[in-house]
Amino acid sequence: MATITLKDLVKAYGDTEVLHHVAADIQDGEFLVIVGPSGCGKSTLLRMIAGLETVTSGEVSIGDRMVNKLEPADRDIAMVFQNYALYPHMSVRENMAYGLKIRKIDKGEINRRVEEAADILELRPYLDRKPRQLSGGQRQRVAMGRAIVRDPQVFLFDEPLSNLDAKLRVQMRLEIRKLQQKLGVTSIYVTHDQVEAMTLGDRLMVLNGGYVEQLGTPIELYDRPATVFVAGFIGSPAMNLITVEASENQLKLPNGAYLEGGNDLGKVTLGIRPEHLVSDGIGPIRVTVQLFEQLGANTLLHGVLEGTDCDIVASLPGHVSASAGTVMCFSVQAQNLHIFDIQTGKRIGA
Amino acid sequence: MVENRPILGVISHLVLILGVVIVALPIWITFVASTHDAVRMTQVPIPLLPGSHFIENFKETLFGTGLSSSAGAPVWRMLLNSMTMALMIAFGKISISLISAFAIVYFKFPFRMGFFWMIFITLMLPVEVRILPTFEVVANLGMLNSYWGLSIPLIASATATFMFRQVFLTIPDEMLESARIDGAGPMRFFWDILIPLSRTNIAALFVILFIYGWNQYLWPLLITTDSDMTTIVVSIKQMLEAAEQSPKWNIIMMTALLAMIPPVFVVVAMQRLFVQGLTETDK
Amino acid sequence: MLKRVHFPASALPYLLVAPQILITVIFFIWPASQAVYQSFLIEDAFGLSSEFVWFENYQVLWDDDQYFDTFWRTIVFSACVAVLSMGAALILAAFADRVVRGATAYRTLLIWPYAVAPVLAGALWVFMFNPTLGIFPYMLDMVGIDWNHYLNGTQAMMLVIIAAAWKQIAYNFLFYLAAMQSIPRSVIEAAAIDGAGPMRRFKDFIFPLISPTTFFLLVINAVYAFFDTFGIIHAVTQGGPANSTTILVYKVFNDGFIGLDLGGSAAQSVILMFLVITMTVVQFRYVERKVEY
Repeated sequence: MATITLKDLVKAYGDTEVLHHVAADIQDGEFLVIVGPSGCGKSTLLRMIAGLETVTSGEVSIGDRMVNKLEPADRDIAMVFQNYALYPHMSVRENMAYGLKIRKIDKGEINRRVEEAADILELRPYLDRKPRQLSGGQRQRVAMGRAIVRDPQVFLFDEPLSNLDAKLRVQMRLEIRKLQQKLGVTSIYVTHDQVEAMTLGDRLMVLNGGYVEQLGTPIELYDRPATVFVAGFIGSPAMNLITVEASENQLKLPNGAYLEGGNDLGKVTLGIRPEHLVSDGIGPIRVTVQLFEQLGANTLLHGVLEGTDCDIVASLPGHVSASAGTVMCFSVQAQNLHIFDIQTGKRIGA
Repeated sequence: MVENRPILGVISHLVLILGVVIVALPIWITFVASTHDAVRMTQVPIPLLPGSHFIENFKETLFGTGLSSSAGAPVWRMLLNSMTMALMIAFGKISISLISAFAIVYFKFPFRMGFFWMIFITLMLPVEVRILPTFEVVANLGMLNSYWGLSIPLIASATATFMFRQVFLTIPDEMLESARIDGAGPMRFFWDILIPLSRTNIAALFVILFIYGWNQYLWPLLITTDSDMTTIVVSIKQMLEAAEQSPKWNIIMMTALLAMIPPVFVVVAMQRLFVQGLTETDK
Repeated sequence: MLKRVHFPASALPYLLVAPQILITVIFFIWPASQAVYQSFLIEDAFGLSSEFVWFENYQVLWDDDQYFDTFWRTIVFSACVAVLSMGAALILAAFADRVVRGATAYRTLLIWPYAVAPVLAGALWVFMFNPTLGIFPYMLDMVGIDWNHYLNGTQAMMLVIIAAAWKQIAYNFLFYLAAMQSIPRSVIEAAAIDGAGPMRRFKDFIFPLISPTTFFLLVINAVYAFFDTFGIIHAVTQGGPANSTTILVYKVFNDGFIGLDLGGSAAQSVILMFLVITMTVVQFRYVERKVEY
């Protein structure tokens, strides 16, 4: 078990900097999820921690050891890859045992650890099969098993569920979380899927364009997104982002309607989550209906702010319907308004 | 097939059978000639059906005097030479190509591309076009009339290096990363992961290279002056020359048969690998 | 070309490429440069001294009608081998592609000439065409054709072409069959629904769709006919009668090892090297283009 410290971490390829001064302290036993769109540098960051990419500047420490110069094998980590990287010519048992064999661990001990891991992952019956004889979920488990038997200080996961179908993904997500809680190993998990990130992580690091947008618990990120990017990225359906004119205690919507709140700030970006739009016959937010998506438990309304082409999505409880072109009115509670600087995208106020 | 036209099916089979007959005819004639005695093989027309002297001819060719007055070494000795040369070429090519492809794909080092192009050049220069100077080099190195001289100049191979490079490039990067996290060093990775993963490619290439080595003609012809080092393929030509004086066609054709059985056997028995090897090395 | 991850730098990669590089330098690059150097020299009759003569050896070749004849003959020979062998292979592959049952059996029976050494192929055919004993002259005699390739240059040429083409059928057949089998069935089925009969489908769909293979095989067959047929010619005709089957490779060998004209032979080698390089470049351009599909 160990803490991980990232200090002012930079990665550059030639003159192109792809990660900019990333810093984080990851607690012992914590599950940190690094989330962001593709190309944001999240895999690069993980691979730097693993030792598969060199560190341009800054420090990576595992426990109290600075590991920048250490070979991956010497960092006491285990990694689960997106495509599992199982050795196709070795049986499940051999796959799990390989790392231990290289470390010249005693045969009996190897067997004991492999079988213990196989029991945890319910892989016993498959120990002598080759990876190609296994289903996607089973391969995924073998990849986990290979990590577990090593008994490492840190687990690293590189989008391990993205090759599975939706149903299996949800199931494996739970299993990974349970396993991590049971073993208590410090884990870093990379994904582009914000739902996966929210459900798995003790804390989330949102990366965008090589910058850390925000680092915090799922609830912090949802309730108080630090930037427009985080606001749009976390939560589904995505937050409505509208450019408004803020004057003394009033927010002027593009169609001329007013909401209460804000300061004398000029143009700002206003964020409202679809689920915070409350149906209200006299509400100030008038939306022209385009279509409904019926999800059963709730209904998604897609429309525009009346008289503009500013898209609005609202998530309404239960079943709602109306013909296209109808105008529906909504209000929002003041604490559910998010205001961001239109230039920097940073959150303004509480 | 797309439509049901039995006539076309029959025609297809007829054409194919005709093709097989034409392709097989020379081999059949060879086989038939090897089953008759020498006298019968001087009478016109020569027989088209097998005779009864196969075993006799076989023994005489393999162990007896055969045409030894002209060809020198006994046939079994030449078969042994051919086998040694073919195996040395096949193993040699595969080994040095595997390790150089490994170096080129998995290491970053100065002159890497320079080495790559240097190997590439060999692809362009078949032995036939630089035969004289190559002969001189081998002669100066004292490698005439030796297995080394027969095989080593032929074992540098751009094709095989290319093929293994291609194979290695298709192996996912994660395989290497995973092995590194498991603590495997370069050579360990090579033996434990790369070699097993390239197994079928190696086997396929072996089939092609064995045939290539076995069928070498010009090179062994030039560098083996000692009849003890002659290969079976080379000896055929000497026998043909001798045939002008004493036409022992039954023995010549038996020798030809013995010379083609090993490579033909390899092709037919390992057909799938052979086809794979052929299409991989040339594309 | 490049892997994203590498092993850390060390002396190991140099050790790993060393054997290959050593052999390449000693047995390929050095001899090839020797050939180039020698092509600028003329040795005296006793081989005691040599004189640097720049391009005189090439000049001699350029003025030598015999060399041009050889060049032309090589091209005719290669073209005949390629057309005969590829044509036969194409027909067989087209029918084998139709046959659902037994396709593998036919393949097995058709591929093994590939395994027969060129010189053996020559020996087999020279036996069958032996003017006194051979089965074919016997049959040709019945229709009034007198066959003797030892005397008749045209017949000698025909014989080496047949032997060379026979050996190459297997190779061409395999590639054609693979190409045809890789055409999506749906294309052929769509054509059949559009009313195209088997011949039409072959002409309008199959043949155009396998044209990259045809081009590839043309280059391969040309290289084969240029360089790999040495054994056939050496066994069947030794370039004769009266040089009527002497092709370029045979002439390099003959002038160098038999005629001992080192400079002239070297100059011919250099010209051949250029030819090979050209063909290889063409082949690689093709491979590159093919990757884009």
